[in-house]
Amino acid sequence: MTATIDAGLRWEPACTVDRLMPERGVAVLLGEQQVAVFLTHDGAVHAIGNIDPFSGAAVLSRGLVGDRAGVATVASPVYKQVFDLQTGRCLDEPTVSVPVYAVRARGGTIQIGLP
Amino acid sequence: MTSELVVVGNGMVGHRLVSALLDRDTTHAWRITVLGEEERPAYDRVALSSYVDGTTAEQLTLPERTDPRLRTWLGDPVVELDRAARSVRTASGRVLRYDALVLATGSFPFVPPVPGRDLPGCFVYRTLDDLDAIMEAAEASIAEPRPGRRSAVVVGGGLLGLEAARALRSLGLSPQVVEIAPRLMPVQVDEGGGALLRRLVESSELAVRCGVSVAGISQERGRLVAALSDGIELDADVVVFSAGIRPADALARAAGLPVGERGGVLVDARCRTQDPNVWAIGECAALEGRTYGLVAPGYAMAEVVADRLLDGSATMTPAELDMSTQLKMLGVDVASFGDAHATTPGALEVVVNDPVAGTYAKLVVSDDAQTLLGGVLVGDASKYATLRPLVGAPLPADPVAMIAPGGVEIGADALPGTAQICSCNAVTKDAVCAAIHDGAHDVPALKACTAAGTSCGSCVPVLKKLLAQAGVEQSTALCEHFAHSRAELFEIVAGTGITTFSELVERHGTGRGCDICKPAVASILASLGNGHVLAGEQAALQDTNDAFLANLQRNGTYSVVPRIPGGEVTPDGLITIGEVARDFGLYTKITGGQRIDMFGARVEQLPAIWRRLVDAGFESGHAYGKALRTVKSCVGTTWCRFGVQDSVGLAVALELRYRGLRAPHKIKSGVSGCARECAEARSKDFGVIATENGWNLYVGGNGGFTPRHAELLASDLDTDTLIAVIDRFLMFYIRTADRLQRTASWIEAMEGGLDHLRAVVVEDSLGICADLEAAMDAHVGNYADEWRGVLEDEEKLARFVSFVNAPDTPDPTISFVTERGQPVPVPIGLPAVRS
Repeated sequence: MTATIDAGLRWEPACTVDRLMPERGVAVLLGEQQVAVFLTHDGAVHAIGNIDPFSGAAVLSRGLVGDRAGVATVASPVYKQVFDLQTGRCLDEPTVSVPVYAVRARGGTIQIGLP
Repeated sequence: MTSELVVVGNGMVGHRLVSALLDRDTTHAWRITVLGEEERPAYDRVALSSYVDGTTAEQLTLPERTDPRLRTWLGDPVVELDRAARSVRTASGRVLRYDALVLATGSFPFVPPVPGRDLPGCFVYRTLDDLDAIMEAAEASIAEPRPGRRSAVVVGGGLLGLEAARALRSLGLSPQVVEIAPRLMPVQVDEGGGALLRRLVESSELAVRCGVSVAGISQERGRLVAALSDGIELDADVVVFSAGIRPADALARAAGLPVGERGGVLVDARCRTQDPNVWAIGECAALEGRTYGLVAPGYAMAEVVADRLLDGSATMTPAELDMSTQLKMLGVDVASFGDAHATTPGALEVVVNDPVAGTYAKLVVSDDAQTLLGGVLVGDASKYATLRPLVGAPLPADPVAMIAPGGVEIGADALPGTAQICSCNAVTKDAVCAAIHDGAHDVPALKACTAAGTSCGSCVPVLKKLLAQAGVEQSTALCEHFAHSRAELFEIVAGTGITTFSELVERHGTGRGCDICKPAVASILASLGNGHVLAGEQAALQDTNDAFLANLQRNGTYSVVPRIPGGEVTPDGLITIGEVARDFGLYTKITGGQRIDMFGARVEQLPAIWRRLVDAGFESGHAYGKALRTVKSCVGTTWCRFGVQDSVGLAVALELRYRGLRAPHKIKSGVSGCARECAEARSKDFGVIATENGWNLYVGGNGGFTPRHAELLASDLDTDTLIAVIDRFLMFYIRTADRLQRTASWIEAMEGGLDHLRAVVVEDSLGICADLEAAMDAHVGNYADEWRGVLEDEEKLARFVSFVNAPDTPDPTISFVTERGQPVPVPIGLPAVRS
């Protein structure tokens, strides 16, 4: 799991662990927020905002997962900009980033931490 | 104080002068007025012929400068030059005073004074307007309801005449070239090279008559007849005069400036006329009495005048008046450089003539056989790039060995540092090597910092050699995860039988892949027949289009395209599509590939939409895949009065044969039932056009960013042979092309081009045709509809949800408004991430 500080977060259930496929993402709706959750090959789970800042479409969960120089990434399926799954930073345009969410597994359920 | 410069003429050379002056005139010494005769902005006249192949006037337009120091008046030629008053007057009556005047009026086509040369249907070949008129006349003649090929007579078999003939052939006419000299391209090639050139050109649907002239043109029953000096008469729908050019020097003559014996305003090495305030550059200028009809010397003159106007001391050098040329004429490589006709006293000629291989090479060397003076290459001009810079330099090897097949390979290291690598932009080997030393480590970088290779591109092979010599390796690596090209990865996957990306990247790559290598490997796995594209680990390799078997649109919804083979659809099929679109609120549009696209489907709607379509007998159209898209067709013999074969039947058969075939890029096809070509097959990756005797197969066509007509691969094939050749063509493409390389650029990049492709897939020169056909048979046997595969598999279906925790809740960011009676996306408000 990605190391996160749990203090002060509200943990919302997203889905069961078995709904995550290695190297793919799913979209989660939490109130009005859309979160993209990814399971990488090493078993780590990452959660970032689902909205692609370059197109405005809620599609980052459908991007291709991979790595750039060892950093786990997802590529937007619209215009292909690559985002760092750890930091949410766009590696192609460093001034742009997407939100990063705390995420953990509890008893077979993936939980997203909201402030 | 600002001085006034008036430039008469807005061609390529005038344009170069203006650009050079604007760039270098840092003190704003000059204000520039350009007066052009044509209504159009300056364009690339060297690439004029590409206009008939679909290059647009906009694409040919040279970069336009917006600068407060520059004004351009088009369509207003200068009609009078008053040197005493230092002013010019234009056709519209404008009078402009100048401090300096540059004549860049170019040249005009020479039309021999034969009777009938002004008849309708007679044209010259110089401007875009000329080409518009020729294209209109060719189309009109083809549209006439009469049998037989339309023909054209081209007067003049030089460089321009052969270009015109090629263009006319592209327009669907049968050209006949009439050349007064005993050989084609008499300026560039010698007798031996000309003989081979003629033989090679005649094998490309072109008739050639040398040593005769046109005596007159007449009109008979609405067509033209060209009477030749040997008594032969040629019928023609179009006559094009391309018998050379004459300098446009009338303005200078009328103003009393001296001109050369054969025309052209006389200028000195500074490109200045007798009048110290008047300069002349390009084809209208005669330097030491001689005019130059190539763009490179014109550019050099423009640079000299730009320098002189800024008080520089540049002069024209002999190297800049180099008339060397390399070109591909009707598929035949021709190059001519230095003293090609051995006019230097005592010059010796070394010739290697191989009529079987279709190559001719001649080197002209000094009387002591120590120095290279020039040469002619026909059929294979690959050595041009290394030979031309050696002109004037000591021969690095025995001259016969330098041009003989299997002889010595002249490396870039043999070139002296002062040798011009790029003669268009006057870049020396020293300058290129310095740029490499300073960090320009690939061809694009060298182009950017030295301008070498940015004009005709013939020196790019030498640039690559110099890079290699400097120890800079040119990478063909797919991405940071694989050091291999796509073709190499295909061989690895096919050879090892690896079926998963994980294993491939572990054994042959590094890291975990990315959005470049994953879809490329997914495509390779699919081409080799590894089951459903969403089976097992393959699902995680697919780009979103393939992952959801639909086309992602800008608002996050998808479009749906059921297969309609050959564009043939029943009324019930149309009703089903209509009902599905209506019931799911989809926007519908007819595609260019003769099918129907339904837009605005949310990801969770896709299975229900496809359930309805599959139940009605439709299957995936693969509009989302790098795969065969459609085979477009005209109605053919079934209905059409003119059709000569059943184009719809063949199109349906081809589409069903190749459906689902994954490839490096999308593949489009078309079948036309006659030469009228209503299916636009020649704009496709493979296009089939019916003939009286069978089918003609064209390959490598492309719409898109760089349009290109497909070229004839094989003609008059019966249906079985046609399908066998297409099988091989497609499989060879799938195995050897780069990622996202359409067939057009694949063939262009192929060593030997179309001829090599024909050798491999028609003549079986590599002995792989049976293997290619077997691979295609396997594909056809393994085909299954991908959407049916999803509908029958709960695990795959489970992925088609909007949200994993709210599977049926629509994405709240998606909404529609109605436009022209249909739903269209509401533009999504974007945070300002880009200016």
